[in-house]
Amino acid sequence: MDTRFLEKNVAITGIGQSEVGRPSSRSAMQLTVDAALEAIADAGLDPKDIDGVCSWPGDNSNGSSFSPVGPLSVMTMLGLNCNWFSGGYEAAGPLAGVMNGVMAIASGMANHVLVFRTITESSNRTSGSKDQSLAAKSGPRDGNFMWQWCTPFNVLSVVNITAMYAALHMKTYGTTPEQLAQIALTTRRNAQLNPKAVMRKPMTMDDYFASKMISTPLRMFDCDVHCDASTAIVLSRRDMAKDLRQPPIRIEAIGAAMNQPYLWDQVDLTANAMPDAANAMWARTDLKPADVDTAQLYDGFSILTMMWLEGLGLCPKGGSGAFVEGGSRIALNGQLPLNTNGGQLSGGRTHGMGYVHEACTQLWGRGGERQIREPRVAVCAAGGGPLAGSLLLAKD
Amino acid sequence: MRKLPLLSAETRPFWTGGEVGELRMHRCEDCSRFFHPPAPICRHCSSLNVTPTPVSGRGRVVTFTINHQAWTPEFTEPYVVAIVELEEQAGLRFLSNVVNCSPEAVEIGMPVTVVFENVEDVWIPLFERAA
Repeated sequence: MDTRFLEKNVAITGIGQSEVGRPSSRSAMQLTVDAALEAIADAGLDPKDIDGVCSWPGDNSNGSSFSPVGPLSVMTMLGLNCNWFSGGYEAAGPLAGVMNGVMAIASGMANHVLVFRTITESSNRTSGSKDQSLAAKSGPRDGNFMWQWCTPFNVLSVVNITAMYAALHMKTYGTTPEQLAQIALTTRRNAQLNPKAVMRKPMTMDDYFASKMISTPLRMFDCDVHCDASTAIVLSRRDMAKDLRQPPIRIEAIGAAMNQPYLWDQVDLTANAMPDAANAMWARTDLKPADVDTAQLYDGFSILTMMWLEGLGLCPKGGSGAFVEGGSRIALNGQLPLNTNGGQLSGGRTHGMGYVHEACTQLWGRGGERQIREPRVAVCAAGGGPLAGSLLLAKD
Repeated sequence: MRKLPLLSAETRPFWTGGEVGELRMHRCEDCSRFFHPPAPICRHCSSLNVTPTPVSGRGRVVTFTINHQAWTPEFTEPYVVAIVELEEQAGLRFLSNVVNCSPEAVEIGMPVTVVFENVEDVWIPLFERAA
């Protein structure tokens, strides 16, 4: 037992995921129950064993499709007897729920924590609701802490800001559109082997360049695809995980960072908060980037995946373009299989938790047609701009 | 149609300075550094002695994008979103638009100067290529 880095006393013992619909006919609550029960059963536990539940960002309480279900409703629906639960938006990105659950167990607040994330952005779009629109999100005058500095300039989506990071990365490092395209092409190839992925039609480089320009240099295929889904994992105290159904996957290290809160204020606009989160994570383990067998890296926009490759030290700073060039290094049979389930670009925007689910799927050898060769260490990362979190998972 | 900001004690000088042709940025009277967005306290030295102060309005494009997506029904043409850094201080940046030129003519590093667009009681600071 390592008494300095207590996350090592926590393991992932089960995973679950609802159908990934585009859209789904199931309610947000039903999707959540599907994922939660599957994860609990996968661990070999019963709902009465779960004594903690958390999610990021938790219930948005406004009918939002971004996070329609929070920990309290899950606790109530499943009749859980919890010692601890948590949600809340202001945290270091989409992996914050996992990190909070890890810390709850490490500090003795709970023994088996259900972490979930439900998102119904696809049915929201289909119904024509505008709740995704930043223009509609606040009142007639915008006084939001951050967005009041964006919406008067017709910056109504994070894509405009992420596109500016991409433009500067290209200008600074000579990153090419063809290199950026490799993220989209790789995830699409992997999605074809994932029965749950929402975008499975083959994609060529020509298809990529034919896709609509959204905000230069980012095209439609650089942006993730909305879906309806819930993803859940069970975290357990490691000494209580040994006799469960799956061989435990150790939380080897966690890292989180929040840089300057404003999107244009990042100290390095081509790096964002990724290196800080990654450095915090690497400082808590003896493992090195070279030990990573597969990387499941945030692809809300393709450029963010490239920034994570650099931030995590999986390739040199500014070198992600050369690293992904041609796609062979990041392919399923390459040196660093990337986003093996199709990521969010083709698999669907499960928003953070999908990466953890896929990392465990691969580490447990349950990847079916897309299974890579005997991975022992996986890294998951999520976030962009000022928010970043990363998670190193290892099989004993 | 631009979505207008809610004016507060801190933000009003920034959004209304254009009425008299001034771009006003908050500056700390104690450490002399600018900061943005405006706030009642200096983020560098925690001094409460802060004042909106006119700046030159000159800067450069740190990076930019041409938006092609119609986010609202009023969308008509591609427009340029840029991060502009003002010449007064390294890191003194905000989001804005580059206007009065073809989007294709905008470049990273391009020198720009402020112009204002008046909508109701707000003067939105935008940038055009410096002469």
